[in-house]
Amino acid sequence: MAANSKKSRRGFLDKGLKIGLAGLVGGIGLSKLSSKLNAKSESPSGDTMELMTTDGSLIQVDSSEVVEVVSSHDHQMDYDVREGIPNRKFVMVVDLAKCKNALSCQRACNKAHYITGENAWLKVYQMQESEDTAPYWMPTTCQHCDRPACVTVCPVDATFKRKDGLVLIDNERCIGCRFCMAACPYSTRVFNWGEPGQEITLNMDVLGHEPTPEHAGMPSLKGTVDKCDFCPHMVKNGELPHCVTACPNGVFYFGDKYEDTVTNGEETVRLSGLLKEKSGYRLLEGLGTEPSVYYLPPVDRLVEFEDGMENFMEFQSVEKPE
Amino acid sequence: MKNYDDMVDDLAPRKYGKIGAAWIIFLILIIILGVIAYIDQLIKGQVVTNMRDYALWGIYISNFVFFVATSFVGSATVAFLRLTRKAWRTPLVRIAEIITVACITMAGITIMIDMARPDRLLNLIIHARLQSPITWDVIIIPTFLVISLLLLYFPLLPDFAILQKYFEVTKPKLSKWYGRLSLKWTGSDAQRALQAKSIRVVAALIFLAGILLQTVDAWLFSTTYRTGWDSTNFAPYFISGAFVAGVGALITVIYVVRWARKLEDYITDYHFDKMGKLLVLACLIYIYFNVNEYLIPAITAKKAEDAHLTTLFTGQYAPLFWLVTVVGLVLPTVVLLFKEGRKPLPMFLVGSIVVIASWWKRYIIITPTLLEPILPIQGVPESWHSYFPSVHEWAITLATLAMALLIITVLIRYLPAIPIQRTAEEQSIVGTFQEAKP
Repeated sequence: MAANSKKSRRGFLDKGLKIGLAGLVGGIGLSKLSSKLNAKSESPSGDTMELMTTDGSLIQVDSSEVVEVVSSHDHQMDYDVREGIPNRKFVMVVDLAKCKNALSCQRACNKAHYITGENAWLKVYQMQESEDTAPYWMPTTCQHCDRPACVTVCPVDATFKRKDGLVLIDNERCIGCRFCMAACPYSTRVFNWGEPGQEITLNMDVLGHEPTPEHAGMPSLKGTVDKCDFCPHMVKNGELPHCVTACPNGVFYFGDKYEDTVTNGEETVRLSGLLKEKSGYRLLEGLGTEPSVYYLPPVDRLVEFEDGMENFMEFQSVEKPE
Repeated sequence: MKNYDDMVDDLAPRKYGKIGAAWIIFLILIIILGVIAYIDQLIKGQVVTNMRDYALWGIYISNFVFFVATSFVGSATVAFLRLTRKAWRTPLVRIAEIITVACITMAGITIMIDMARPDRLLNLIIHARLQSPITWDVIIIPTFLVISLLLLYFPLLPDFAILQKYFEVTKPKLSKWYGRLSLKWTGSDAQRALQAKSIRVVAALIFLAGILLQTVDAWLFSTTYRTGWDSTNFAPYFISGAFVAGVGALITVIYVVRWARKLEDYITDYHFDKMGKLLVLACLIYIYFNVNEYLIPAITAKKAEDAHLTTLFTGQYAPLFWLVTVVGLVLPTVVLLFKEGRKPLPMFLVGSIVVIASWWKRYIIITPTLLEPILPIQGVPESWHSYFPSVHEWAITLATLAMALLIITVLIRYLPAIPIQRTAEEQSIVGTFQEAKP
């Protein structure tokens, strides 16, 4: 807490502004907090609050001691796009036991990122380790590696790694050499070989948007690389990435490794507990790329693998507009 | 033995005949077609190529690797033979230097053609990041180009002085140019000492830079996780492959120049015999690295490696792979082991085969690997599962090859293909166009 308030001192110089900002924070618990903050004074007020610490134990604190945590202000902070949202480390968990290739994730992703090419950023692979083992569906996004091969080989720093874990692309700097695509072992990157044509096929107002690494595909640029961006444009507003909310089966969990919490929109669980309990793993762990996406093995499945076959399209991942 | 005036007559550059003119027009036509295709690619984007998200590099890159490899001829022959003091190099080095300049120039242009956003070329300098192998390329290619230009230029100084005198009456304008380029060469001892020293330094530098250039080129691929590229063998494999491509190109070009310039008295069977032996050496070294690259991995054959090797040995790319390996590498080695095989005409045929095979060899190194990613190829159009270059790619690539040949043709039009002064000295002829040594 001390570190947090120290880091944010620039933004909190003006006490009045601080109180005003605090008042804006949504959520029932937080609005209670802010009303206490409004009444803040230097001397102990005698009013105590019950709070829960990160390890789960309840403590009592004098309300005058309560200082707002920086992260609750994310959506109003003007943070550096290349640095990332401070003090966060975004992770995803994909529960393969729940995936039945409904492809809602892919459709939502294609729509939210205005994908006009023929290769979706979010793929659901039909996988089978060997002849005798069960087939399963495996959704893949960008793995947002902590040791990203793509970032290492980029000659111009167009693709970069943020402190909050995201690997993003500056499409206005990319020179289109495609070395990052050759380097990525997960084949997650796609290229705009021609004009994306979003204004024609999707009636998108291209001129109204400046390209930003924070919202890949809005708009896409010819001759540059695109890929899954973990939806920072949603996350910074406290919302979940599109694939997470679109999935009808709760396959995707998204969250913060520092908070040790992930949610699929319905249930919120401890990341470490989930990975331990269900033997989580990461794709191609042996390569040492340290992905930010964890997988839970496809065991105790409630759905038949074959049920997903009706949606399976070997040669298509982006629906063409009629 | 010829007298000096006849020799200068033989070796001084002159206009090409009708065949030469037709050849130049032919090259220019191919280049124009390529330029049109490239402009179209600039406008529409690389969607005009058959590259897609899986086959993300195509013949632009394999052609680039070919040019880089062929430019090694400067290091492999000029520097190597000079540093080892092989006297038979004299009539061959100038052409080798010219090939080097042409190929490294075209390598630089070709890699820019592969860039989808050439308008952002300066980003490579403004935002350069040193850990990217592409940045290493950005550093080594211009360095190598400068060194190869110096390696061509320094030995030319006395020849420029000779040509200035030779053309003084017949072509005063041209003579003036040669005069300027000769940097007031008089042949004094001080100048000779300085020139000899400079050439030694540049020869050593180009040897080093050549090794580095091939190495960086190999690292472009071996720094990825791709099966077939992720190999510690790759740098020496590329260096030895470049040795083969370079010497092959040298033999081919020398044969044609000898015919076009009627240099049979200067480039003799003896020289072809020597070059043939050099090519055998290059091929044997390359075969050794091919064994390391393809046969040894077959023994442990991890699943992905196994799939990759199967594609090459018996699968989709098997015909090309065996053609390139057997006809393009093993057969030339066998032919050149026989003395009859090292005569000029068979050497020309072998050299041509080696060069063509070297080009396709790069194709076979790049393409199959890209089509075998770690995760399966799913959810993309069926056509994305394979790759063969589009008309645009062929037009542009042929134009780059034509441009390299045009550079060589033009340089041989204006520069003596064989060093005049050095040949004269070796045959100890002294004549009117040269200052007699005191």
